[in-house]
Amino acid sequence: MTMVTDTATPATESAIVESIRVAVPSHGLQHDLRAISIVWRRELIRFRTDRLRAVTALVQPVLFLFILGTGLSSLAGRGMPGNVDFKTFIYPGVLAMSVLFTAIFSAGSIVWDREFGFLREILVAPVSRASIVIGKCLGGATIATFQGIVFLALAGFAHVPYNPVLLLTLVGELLLLSFTLTAFGVMMAARITQFQAFMALTQMLVMPLFFLSGALYPLSGLPGWLTILTRIDPLTYVVGPMRHAVFSHLNLPVAAQHLLAPGLTWAGWPVPVWLSLGIVAVMGLAMMTIAIEQFRKTE
Amino acid sequence: MSPTVRSQNPIPAPARLVPGVTVSIPARTTGSQPLTVAADGAGGAPRPVIEVSGLAKRYGEVEAVRGIDLTVLAGETFGFLGPNGAGKTTTIKILCTLAKATSGTARVAGFDTATQRDAVRRNIGLVFQDTTLDGYLTAAQNLRFHAELYGVPKDAVLPRMRQVLDMVGLWDRKDSLVSTFSGGMQRRLEIARGLLHAPHVLFLDEPTVGLDPQTRSSIWAYINELKGREDITIFLTTHYMDEAEHCDRIAIIDHGQIVAIDTPEALKASIGKDRVQIQTADDQAAITALAGTFGLDAAVHEGAVTFSVASGEQFVPRLFTELGVPIRSVSVSRPSLDDVFMSYTGKTIRDAEVSGTDAMRQMAARFRGRR
Repeated sequence: MTMVTDTATPATESAIVESIRVAVPSHGLQHDLRAISIVWRRELIRFRTDRLRAVTALVQPVLFLFILGTGLSSLAGRGMPGNVDFKTFIYPGVLAMSVLFTAIFSAGSIVWDREFGFLREILVAPVSRASIVIGKCLGGATIATFQGIVFLALAGFAHVPYNPVLLLTLVGELLLLSFTLTAFGVMMAARITQFQAFMALTQMLVMPLFFLSGALYPLSGLPGWLTILTRIDPLTYVVGPMRHAVFSHLNLPVAAQHLLAPGLTWAGWPVPVWLSLGIVAVMGLAMMTIAIEQFRKTE
Repeated sequence: MSPTVRSQNPIPAPARLVPGVTVSIPARTTGSQPLTVAADGAGGAPRPVIEVSGLAKRYGEVEAVRGIDLTVLAGETFGFLGPNGAGKTTTIKILCTLAKATSGTARVAGFDTATQRDAVRRNIGLVFQDTTLDGYLTAAQNLRFHAELYGVPKDAVLPRMRQVLDMVGLWDRKDSLVSTFSGGMQRRLEIARGLLHAPHVLFLDEPTVGLDPQTRSSIWAYINELKGREDITIFLTTHYMDEAEHCDRIAIIDHGQIVAIDTPEALKASIGKDRVQIQTADDQAAITALAGTFGLDAAVHEGAVTFSVASGEQFVPRLFTELGVPIRSVSVSRPSLDDVFMSYTGKTIRDAEVSGTDAMRQMAARFRGRR
């Protein structure tokens, strides 16, 4: 028999303890940060071991850029202002798309994990629901951004220069976009208990988000109804700044710039880039807060 | 078996191994009901570790649990015995803070499961019916994540990990990916993980379901060894009668209510009758005759006319001469937990499982749907 000293109540209760007593501390910020980091790291491990997912996630943007992009450039070729390749034009939008699926599906794993996996372990641990959701959002944002960076490596094929400032700007915008998309996915996943329902719902939402974001066409001179719809789409507020970043690094006549990357306007008022990105960040944080609230509710 | 295992794997004295980390959980002493461990002569009766009163849970129209009262004492191994769908898992979910009771209260380790969730969570370990291990990680990585989640002090992690992995015989496999483990190994690893943060109460939800008999008995050997080694209360659910025999006390639960609660021996003794099963040419006629001639209440269970009678052996000769229905075979058995279950619920647990199987089939369909 081993005597174990117990700082709180010495001697009596420790006499029969023959195991290593460990202290499980009560709540603290440090503890929550650790929980966030666990959920985040676990997301990265999962991504690293699941290489097939990384490859398949790349298929769709590659199809859009090289098949659709090449096909349409033969049509649009002569009409493009400043002799810009159509592929260059759609590149920022397709780049946004490359993180779209990865971000949302990484959130979707919550639906499965909650019933049958790792998440259940975390849900009974003495950690706050907030740290679980935050860890998940950051994890999804990280792996989706990785996915985006892989696609970013193909920029040269679309005649987008490998300018360090441009690349850093794009990575930052991708990170923001990925975070907001994951938060959106987590918010949806918090309420849905069936995986196929989650898939169906996100499939239904993702394509409209993409098509309305102005990824494939400029946002000026659209009919009124489409102008309104594009301004409602949160993706618009990332695709706009990304295209702005790409086009400001191309040597183009001002007229061509204005036509292809007109910048976002609200009833004629040009929305500055910072506001545009701010809207996306606020939406992401709001959706994450809703997700946390939903996770706090017990059955 | 535990003495041999212990001598093969001598574990250094923990206090010396990790000086300074052997402190109690702070919240325990500040809680409204500070917990002391089973008295070893030092004084007083063992304290209740789980106290449940009037617990009920309703999911829409379905009353999963309808008013449960029970008390589990420190150091006990307490079994919740009942067919699938009886409310066992729902009760465990409430005790583990994963579900909120519709009414009633539950205290675990001195803390209220509804209002002091984090305090409860710090003090319990939980092994789920479905695995919650991360197959992408090694056994050791799974345990390390767990240790971090519970804030186990860094210098205590390795010795404690070694201790729990030794206990379930998996120390030499600690660097293998969990996805390469068999079902039994995964369950053992989960038990080890549930113990890593030295909880006061270990909840085991159907700890051996889906495992082959040999693995089941080895899991029980580990659990029994654990009882000798750790200062812990075990609360488990099962629908296997033979598993319930391992428990100090069991509660029989049926349709969300506890119908009996006592030690397995006391429950069996309370029956006082032997179980007789006969195969006849005409079961219905036999049942009528049993009621008419002997005043016995018989019914068909598991394909045989079944009834309980005192001194079964002496009754059998009378049965042959007086029943008037040809008998093909007779079996007489001493009361088992099966009979206890039957006498309290009016059916055998396997009869009860028929509806349970339907529920499981639905679950399986849902499970497939999620893929």
